[in-house]
Amino acid sequence: MRSPLARFLVRRIVTALLLAVGITLVTFVLTNLVPGDPVAANLGQRALGDPAIVAQWRADHGLDRPLPQQYLAHLGGLLHGDLGTSQQSHRPVLDDLAQSVPATLELAGAAIVVSLVLGVGFGVVAALRRDRFADHVLRVLSLVGISVPTFWLALMAFYVFFFRLQITPGSGRIDPGMTPPPQVTGLYTVDALLSGRWDVFSSAVGHLAAPALVLALYTIGLLTRFTRSAVLEVLGQDYVRAARAKGLPGRVVLFRYVLRPALVPVITVAGLAFGSLLSGTVLVEAVFAWPGVGQYAYKSATTLDLPAVMGVGLVVGVVYLVINLVVDVLYGVVDPRVRVS
Amino acid sequence: MSAALTIEGLRVSIGGHDVLHGVDLSLEAGRVHGLAGESGSGKTMTGLAVLGLLPHGSRSSGRIEFGGRDLLEMPARELNEVRGAKIAMVFQDPSTSLHPMLTVGRQLTEHMRHHLRLGRNEARERAAGLLAKVRIPGPEEALKRYPHQFSGGMRQRIAIAVALACEPEVLIADEPTTALDVTVQAGILRLLRGLCDDLGLAVLLVTHDLGVMSAVADEVSVMKDGLVVETGTRGQVLREPRHPYTRSLLDALPVPPGENSP
Repeated sequence: MRSPLARFLVRRIVTALLLAVGITLVTFVLTNLVPGDPVAANLGQRALGDPAIVAQWRADHGLDRPLPQQYLAHLGGLLHGDLGTSQQSHRPVLDDLAQSVPATLELAGAAIVVSLVLGVGFGVVAALRRDRFADHVLRVLSLVGISVPTFWLALMAFYVFFFRLQITPGSGRIDPGMTPPPQVTGLYTVDALLSGRWDVFSSAVGHLAAPALVLALYTIGLLTRFTRSAVLEVLGQDYVRAARAKGLPGRVVLFRYVLRPALVPVITVAGLAFGSLLSGTVLVEAVFAWPGVGQYAYKSATTLDLPAVMGVGLVVGVVYLVINLVVDVLYGVVDPRVRVS
Repeated sequence: MSAALTIEGLRVSIGGHDVLHGVDLSLEAGRVHGLAGESGSGKTMTGLAVLGLLPHGSRSSGRIEFGGRDLLEMPARELNEVRGAKIAMVFQDPSTSLHPMLTVGRQLTEHMRHHLRLGRNEARERAAGLLAKVRIPGPEEALKRYPHQFSGGMRQRIAIAVALACEPEVLIADEPTTALDVTVQAGILRLLRGLCDDLGLAVLLVTHDLGVMSAVADEVSVMKDGLVVETGTRGQVLREPRHPYTRSLLDALPVPPGENSP
């Protein structure tokens, strides 16, 4: 039983690596197809008038070489961890990303954990209390979660909870006077715990709460609905009736017989939802002034900072790959038919 | 011999619609009682009612007596102690009645451990013995496998082993051969008959197939529209049917029952 699972894992990881190379090609080509001249976006009016300066700038950034060569140079750089230099911040893109990626991961990670716990929990309750009061309340809540636009919700949450009620702290990742914890993972909550800085930890959690909840609301609604219908479907299965006929206690029937198969479609939806959650971070980060990838991507895109845009594209692509890999592996863990075939 | 399980005047309605109008049945230890009738006549509902497994929103009245108690009046907790332990059930389609994500060993041992309070190893040993009894080759290995790795007939044998695990007194088999090939059917029926004789089980065999009935049943009851219209020994009911409905069922058979032996 162990070896099929190992083989399954290796196969999935190799596929993921091949796809990662594909992603570098796609981000590179798409970035270079964009109509717009990075020279015009980065040099001042006077410099643009001087062909020598323009040529020099293009040569400095390797833009004078043919595209395939540029791609190979780009790929070679990637292998050495070199994502190029941002034309805007004049810092290595890798350093910029090392700062903004953990911020986004912390926000999105907190949101996905909250949505999984609440979404799956609500869905199970709604299914077990089908057509009862709790089911109706949860149906309305999930409908609201799915239909309310994230940006509007972010603005409202910021206005009501920070500006009016002053329950939540304002923008940013920690209180303005505080120094960030020494960087280990880049996640402030984790780093604060690692260095034993409880004040920083509570500040980081406080700052995280509102944007993470805003971001999670859509996914909570989505997961509640999918979990509810998945559980209802499994409840009608023969093997659940057979389990009851065996006289197993109700909780054993629920956890072993109902939840496990019901989680298969929920895992799929959760994986997809994580993707939409990542794109939602761009808006939420803007409202809560969260220094994450979303803000960085927006700034780089508007200044046609090609190395930075490619870096962001690569990171987002790889995150998607990892999520898909996790989803695939979870299928194998939950459903033996996937790994033993 | 006294009855192992008696059903008296069982009435069931689902969502206000009556499906059983007062069913009377009596099962005896060591005997196979066949329950025949067309689909929708209430055979399956009768079986499910015994274990309190009727669909959501159904009401039942009457009496189902087992061990001096009325199962219909029994609190859910106590009924759960009877289910699987004293009265077990085999379902129609073994490809859906076994959980696809749990190993055969798990599904064969979990209720033994719960009802009989057996340890893991003891339960596994017993499970392997049970699989051997229902003639699954390589029982030790089979415990580690999943249902989809077995054929339909094998799966139904496993489902029967699951039902027998806690040595029940009553076995309700709901169309146990309908989803299987004809050649496999005969094997399953012989197995059921043998287990009934060896273990002194009272078996309620629900089937729409009079051929199956004539092969193994000692007593036969015929149901129509939620009522038992005729009950008697196999010979009586199948050779000298009194009720016109039984006669029409028999006339519909290509070969008269009793003249072919499956």
